[in-house]
Amino acid sequence: MTVRKNQSALTRTEKRRFVDALLELKRSGRYDEFVTTHNGFIMSDTDQGERVGHRSPSFLPWHRRFLIDFERQLQEVDPEVALPYWDWTVDRTPSASLWADDFLGGSGRPGDGKVMSGRFAEASGAWEINIRVDQRPYLRRALGTGARQLPTRAEVDAVLAMPVYDASPWNSASTSFRNHLEGWRGANLHNRVHVWVGGQMTTGVSPNDPVFWLHHAFVDKLWADWQARHPDSGYLPTTRTRNVVSLHDTMRPWNDVTPADMLDHTPYYTFDA
Amino acid sequence: MPEISRRRVLGMSAGTFAGLAVAATAAVNATAAKAAPSERQGSQGSGLEAFDEVYQGRRIQGAPTRGAGSHGGHGGGHGSGHGGGHGGQAHDFGYAVHLDGDELHIMRNADGTWISVVNHYETFATPRQLARAAVTELHGADLVPLVLTSA
Repeated sequence: MTVRKNQSALTRTEKRRFVDALLELKRSGRYDEFVTTHNGFIMSDTDQGERVGHRSPSFLPWHRRFLIDFERQLQEVDPEVALPYWDWTVDRTPSASLWADDFLGGSGRPGDGKVMSGRFAEASGAWEINIRVDQRPYLRRALGTGARQLPTRAEVDAVLAMPVYDASPWNSASTSFRNHLEGWRGANLHNRVHVWVGGQMTTGVSPNDPVFWLHHAFVDKLWADWQARHPDSGYLPTTRTRNVVSLHDTMRPWNDVTPADMLDHTPYYTFDA
Repeated sequence: MPEISRRRVLGMSAGTFAGLAVAATAAVNATAAKAAPSERQGSQGSGLEAFDEVYQGRRIQGAPTRGAGSHGGHGGGHGSGHGGGHGGQAHDFGYAVHLDGDELHIMRNADGTWISVVNHYETFATPRQLARAAVTELHGADLVPLVLTSA
């Protein structure tokens, strides 16, 4: 059974195996397929048009399924690997062990933002950025320079207290748990973390940085935490709604999975806490 | 291996290539429009002014498009449940931004703020601010017009 652990609790061996599996997916070309898929959705999901992966109710179930697919790919490389999550309310500085060279490597250098150390640095030769929006083929970060600070636990708790999953107009203007977690309204949780990391994480090709998965694994855990706090609240909308994935509609690109299928994560994985 | 603009490629979210002919036509239109930006000053659309300036050594231009702010490329009729992507249809938010002549993919949020492909999780009040932020983020690098290489 897959248990997703807090990244700060991983052993040295668990970190090494996780990174090894990432590098193997990258080498085989399968990694970049995930970058391409994410980019395609983020560019086509619009507030006034059809929207599936982002700025819509299905932001959470879409990313849950996306991460499950990715985790399964990792497990084909190494069955012992699970996606860790990054609780950015706790590990909130560039000196966190997450950014050490034995795990994801650190921030980029001033100026061009190039990550200079660790196994994802350009010099390692194993992490070329192929699916990109500009010419630069190397991983970039600017930890903590784009956003004032990572969200606090108090800010997270305030969002988790919101009882309504989502609301009309079902987009970036909604006042709802989903939109406040996604970050287009209110304190700004998920979006702000992308900006805080900087580099490719601020772009449509954000999965080029492996921290994408750890960030979204924590966002996914916050959805589960919200469900536990609000057992009487459910996914909305439940009836057909133009341009939006309702509870029993299938989601692209899989076309065989609905938000209803994704509400319970426990058939796929559990969390360490 | 046809090169088409980023926004056209990325509109094909699920990798479908239907609509390539549409994209090619649009690329021609975009080229024509770029050649005569002055004609479009003051046209209807987003209600925003055109701009053309050099910022940190990069030429940034913005102008309303002929689409008049409608989602011209995003024809209706998509049920949420059906597959196949967007068929190559792009979105027209009534405004286009170019950076050294390359189109910067931009998107308008429901509250009127803007995001771009290089700042996709941070909103900006105007396209000019968005273009300037892209210049800073790019640090001299050129945008990559995506090339279709595989399905």
